[in-house]
Amino acid sequence: MAAISREEVAHLARLSRLAVTEEELDTFAGQLDVILQAVAQVGEVAAADIPPTSHSVPLTNVFREDVVTPCLTPEEALSGAPDAEEQRFRVPRILDEDVAS
Amino acid sequence: MTDVTAMTATQIAGLVATGAASAVEVTQAHLDRIAAVDGRVNAFLHVDTEGALAAARDVDARRAAGAELGPLAGVPVAVKDVLTTKGVPTTVGSKILEGWRPPYDSTIVQRLRAAGTVMLGKTNMDEFAMGSSTEYSAYGPSRNPWDTDRIPGGSGGGSAAALAAYEAPLAIGSDTGGSIRQPGAVTGTVGAKPTYGGTSRYGLVAFSSSLDTPGPCARTVLDAALLHAAIGGHDPRDSTSIPAPVPDVVAAAKLGATGDLSGVRLGIVTEFGGEGAEPGVTAAFNEAVDTLTKLGAEIVEISCPHFRYALPAYYLIAPSECSSNLARFDGVRFGLRTGDDGNRSLEEVMSLTREAGFGPEVKRRIMLGTYALSSGYYDAYYGQAQKVRTLITRDFTAAFERVDALISPTTPFVAFPLGARTSDPYQMYLADLFTIPSNLYGGPGISVPCGLSEGLPVGLQVMAPTMADDRMYRVAAALESAVGTLTPPTM
Repeated sequence: MAAISREEVAHLARLSRLAVTEEELDTFAGQLDVILQAVAQVGEVAAADIPPTSHSVPLTNVFREDVVTPCLTPEEALSGAPDAEEQRFRVPRILDEDVAS
Repeated sequence: MTDVTAMTATQIAGLVATGAASAVEVTQAHLDRIAAVDGRVNAFLHVDTEGALAAARDVDARRAAGAELGPLAGVPVAVKDVLTTKGVPTTVGSKILEGWRPPYDSTIVQRLRAAGTVMLGKTNMDEFAMGSSTEYSAYGPSRNPWDTDRIPGGSGGGSAAALAAYEAPLAIGSDTGGSIRQPGAVTGTVGAKPTYGGTSRYGLVAFSSSLDTPGPCARTVLDAALLHAAIGGHDPRDSTSIPAPVPDVVAAAKLGATGDLSGVRLGIVTEFGGEGAEPGVTAAFNEAVDTLTKLGAEIVEISCPHFRYALPAYYLIAPSECSSNLARFDGVRFGLRTGDDGNRSLEEVMSLTREAGFGPEVKRRIMLGTYALSSGYYDAYYGQAQKVRTLITRDFTAAFERVDALISPTTPFVAFPLGARTSDPYQMYLADLFTIPSNLYGGPGISVPCGLSEGLPVGLQVMAPTMADDRMYRVAAALESAVGTLTPPTM
């Protein structure tokens, strides 16, 4: 049985903000199925009482002195922006037209 | 003057320090070499001719003024395109950052500049460091100088190929699952993954933040150690940076070069024996084990029962972190934006931008990670993988109570032909079978040439405890002193 369906892959693509093509969906569904079946092996390990490791360095709450250091100017920060206006990143509309008007 | 491109970094620094060669002459020789061979190798995505010559002139001026020069002053270095370079294009091998010129330098690049090294340019890589062959680069694959129909490894294949093609004596890579060590192995060069947190991630374009580790690539162990010392150490701008000095890797490399390993205990992982490695790789590895024994090392076999789950755990953890990290490529603050016709919504433009800007492997991993983190699947996939990570760490800890370091082949197979593994993504993942455990644990690993199989290089990996990077340099340098460096066919 397949670990993942074409419909589930389409849903993942939407969640991932990827406007994938129909052809890509066919390819990815098959490939992700192979990968998921392989990585599912982690389920064979009896690990109910084992604490998870998210990170190999046991550091928490790393602080530094609150001193001002040189940083990017607004022009530098915006230098790679696809679109900018009045020292801001300019984005396509977020609200629907009728809500905005 | 003999050809400086054939020299080690140590030799070049000596020439510059004594004035036998200027940094500008050294740099020009490497730029000429790149111009002559890179059409066939494709190691570089961008060559910064003006910047390199300016940096070289600066070294020469400081020497003329009587300034104290560091041990790598005037030595050219190639930098993987995953590290930001102020004003110099940084693409991460992706169309989504094509043309981006970062407004700041990564910490690694700042330290390279401070050490007086001369950055030649940026090297090719699998897109976002996801791959083992550079075939997932949006700018075409790099080629292995040993056989240009074969892959140079990945993701840092450009850096390794640049070394093997004598385009640079030093290079920087980044290792999330083996992206420094595996390219080192298949190109007959040296690649070291430092202890996680031992080198700064500030300005390293993130793939999997709990695993990503920048590190040195070179043609000799001593050169790698010198580069490691120059770039390593605490960085307040990386909150996962370890606030402790880098172990003395240079002294360890020099000690190892004496060829004496008496008193050193090395472990061979039982679970690596049965799986994966092709016969020629196993043969070269076994021969290297005999050599290490002759050098005085004591070899024991050690069981690390959870290592066989490292690959599956990695391919849940790394994609999960990547799906989160790569959310920042949204067509707003940097890089590509496409489909913005004035009518489409932000979400539509974002989806079209990411569809156009990311290649297939990146899309696969983003979706895989999104799946593993989904409600309903989280415990069985991501959560379980994190528990396996704990067990792998315990395997390492137990092993290092009995031995000083572990050894294995670096990668199961020699450089494969271009195209051999692109149609089946999981076959590509197997290249990292032996390198991934160290990433999950956080400890250092190094690949050093140990011989040839069918005329192609084989690497031996040394894995050490966290913050004991010096141990792996000692073992690697000792093996190098017996085996010698490998020289590819003349290009």
